[in-house]
Amino acid sequence: MSTTKASSEAPLEGGRRGLLRRRPAAGTPAAAARDRRRSKQRRRLANVAGLMAALVLTGVGYSAFAPGAIAADERSDSESIAVEAGRELYVLSCITCHGSNLQGVEDRGPSLIGVGSASVYFQVSTGRMPLVRQEAQAPEHPVVFTEAEIAQLMAYVQANGGGPTVPSGDLRDGELAEGGELFRLNCASCHNFVGEGGALSSGKRAPSLDGLTDAQIYAAMLTGPENMPVFGDNQLTPEEKRSVIDYVQTIQDQADPGGAPIGRAGPVAEGLVLWVAGVGALLFGIFWMGTKA
Amino acid sequence: MATTTAAPGAPTSKIGQAALEVDDRLIVAGPLRRTLNKVFPDHWSFLLGEIALYSFVILLLSGTYLTFFYDATMQEVVYEGTYAPLRGVEMSAAYESTLGLSFDVRGGLLIRQIHHWAALLFVASIVIHLLRIFFTGAFRRPRETNWLIGVVLLVLALLMGVTGYSLPDDLLSGTGLRIISAIILSLPVIGTWAHWAVFNGDYVGTEIIGRFYIVHVLILPAIILALIAAHLLILVKQKHTQFPGAGRTEHNVVGNRLFPGFAVKATALLFIVFGLCAALGGLVQINPIWLWGPYNPAQVSAGSQPDWYIGFLDGSTRLFPAWDINLPGDYTIPALFWPTVVGAGLMFTVLALYPMIERKLTGDTAAHHLLQRPRDVPVRTSVGAMALTFYVILWISGGNDLIADKFDISLNAMTWFGRIGCLVLPPFAYWMTYRLCIGLQRHDREVLEHGIETGVIRRLPSGEFIEVHQPLGPVDEHGHGQLAYGGASVPKKMNQVGGARRAIKGFFKPVEEPAEVQRQAELEARGLESEQSDRQSITSGRPSEGGRPSEGGRPQAPRD
Repeated sequence: MSTTKASSEAPLEGGRRGLLRRRPAAGTPAAAARDRRRSKQRRRLANVAGLMAALVLTGVGYSAFAPGAIAADERSDSESIAVEAGRELYVLSCITCHGSNLQGVEDRGPSLIGVGSASVYFQVSTGRMPLVRQEAQAPEHPVVFTEAEIAQLMAYVQANGGGPTVPSGDLRDGELAEGGELFRLNCASCHNFVGEGGALSSGKRAPSLDGLTDAQIYAAMLTGPENMPVFGDNQLTPEEKRSVIDYVQTIQDQADPGGAPIGRAGPVAEGLVLWVAGVGALLFGIFWMGTKA
Repeated sequence: MATTTAAPGAPTSKIGQAALEVDDRLIVAGPLRRTLNKVFPDHWSFLLGEIALYSFVILLLSGTYLTFFYDATMQEVVYEGTYAPLRGVEMSAAYESTLGLSFDVRGGLLIRQIHHWAALLFVASIVIHLLRIFFTGAFRRPRETNWLIGVVLLVLALLMGVTGYSLPDDLLSGTGLRIISAIILSLPVIGTWAHWAVFNGDYVGTEIIGRFYIVHVLILPAIILALIAAHLLILVKQKHTQFPGAGRTEHNVVGNRLFPGFAVKATALLFIVFGLCAALGGLVQINPIWLWGPYNPAQVSAGSQPDWYIGFLDGSTRLFPAWDINLPGDYTIPALFWPTVVGAGLMFTVLALYPMIERKLTGDTAAHHLLQRPRDVPVRTSVGAMALTFYVILWISGGNDLIADKFDISLNAMTWFGRIGCLVLPPFAYWMTYRLCIGLQRHDREVLEHGIETGVIRRLPSGEFIEVHQPLGPVDEHGHGQLAYGGASVPKKMNQVGGARRAIKGFFKPVEEPAEVQRQAELEARGLESEQSDRQSITSGRPSEGGRPSEGGRPQAPRD
């Protein structure tokens, strides 16, 4: 806590100090002349840079489109078909709250420009979107779209502003124990030790991680849906994310050696079992003995 | 061998002779006879305290086994054991040994779970026992001392629980330890010093697990054992209380002798309690510390709760507003101080002093050995219901985040329910209990005066319908009963005074042939009629004890 605060303040202070040093010099005529000279140099530099950039762009564009023309066309065709299909789905199911150009609608839904296909994947494949009504938090309900349709929606949103995407491959390829430490450090405070979820303020909640796919957990960390913070790649590296997923899925699949897990909910559930089953059984026992008097 | 010198009545069997030899040296026959002849009342509610005693026995036995494998140090080690998801994680030796105990020691997990379930049951049975004592007035003179010892035992049981579940040094118990540390720090003036004394420095230090261990396995059990012994000795000396009923007075105890009747029952109960703890320990997972992870002060989990008996303190802390008192001189009394130290202190002080408070308020300083039915003391019963309601609301609030999560209620709504509820519902509970008591009292009086409703409707010649009532005793010229209420349960159904056939014996399935029972009942009824037809109306209606169906097919004399 204190270390992050210190590091975030440090560059700010440095910047302020730099500004203070430059400002008194700005008033003098010598400084003005120097500035003029500088701006001329800068303009010249900008021109050259612009030219170079144009050349590079042309080159890149040529190398991208010209050589494997047929293959590239096919791919972009199928991509554009997916985007087009996604747009149609979007217009049918999402446009009311997210707006005609994904810009969002005030008091209804946020802008989707730049959220990336990872966000779409998480929200739609867990059944949170499309939303039935405005609530404290989007509840999970049965998934509306097929996998193909979700892919089309992802393509459409990705095509409009880009954003984070869910990587392919084995998402559990990490260090199990390290994943546990990271999970307890970053996730357990809302999702509970074992990912059972927990209550947040005013009807919001951290959902249970039970039954989620690897990709959904990855997408959630990457995009920070609802009240969840974003765990960008600079906070949890892709390897660390894979470790966390490995841990979450391992303990979800793991048997309970002690017997019935009673929701793995800890002392509250244990107290309930004791008072209902335990004390109940004992009272039954002593009533029985009482009738034997 | 010794036959020639044997006195009259001397034992002739080998065992008898051996016993004689022992008695010659130790002189135990007299006291033993007195003890074995001690009479225990046979009401089921007298077994509640025994459940606490037996769970304590289980705790001692299972706890001893756990000490063989547990390492009470906070030395940092790296786990290299069987449980893969923690391999390579830094943890304290205490946590590592608890993991080893759970996964690598034969029967370790089972014993650990039995120990934990028995601990929950220990406190629960103390509380139920306390409620029975409270609501029946068993704490009245001369038993105030035993009430006081009981309350101290309850507090010690809570401390026992807290020190016990802190020992594994897992993330859940560490969170609790942090709260304990905060509570100690919140004490005005002495807080910091007290904290340094307990933890030997700032939180968390390197000492606390070792200290809690000694407190948990040596100091508290020794005190608890001594107090249990005192509790039982005083009980034997003062003799049991009993519910009023036929033949029961302030000067006797009606029930089973310790041997053999009560000893059989007590042994049966011991095995029931053992069996229950073993079943829970084997079938239901409790405190899976491997899922919680090792304690790390940087980590905390949602849904961190203490065991049930500390839940009320967690609840009071959740409900209490964040009112820090800032005094001049940079001095603060944290809000935590009020719901924990002051709240719990007040609750237990009032509880401990209740017999004296009641004695003062009622002016009743006489010795009592007969219990009261809760309905006959409406004020005490209502006060108890009020306190219980308050406690239960705090208790529910201790788990309010889980309730909010599982039942999809806003956590804020839960908190406000608790805040308003703990102020509004207890008085409501008082009022409702009071009305219930009065209603039950009136119904008792009504049955004594008018008799039991038989359900037989008779139409008079005038066309009026009346229900026939069965008087419980002799009636005056208006048909009103003349029995006075004696503090015992009043029969309110015809089959409680033998109006129905005797119930077929057998708890789970009948152990008698119904036809045979009926034949015998008819025989008995005929015999009763021919022999005692003249006394039927005088004795038939006396309150039968304990609400058990009397023998025979007709109203008859109680079994005294």
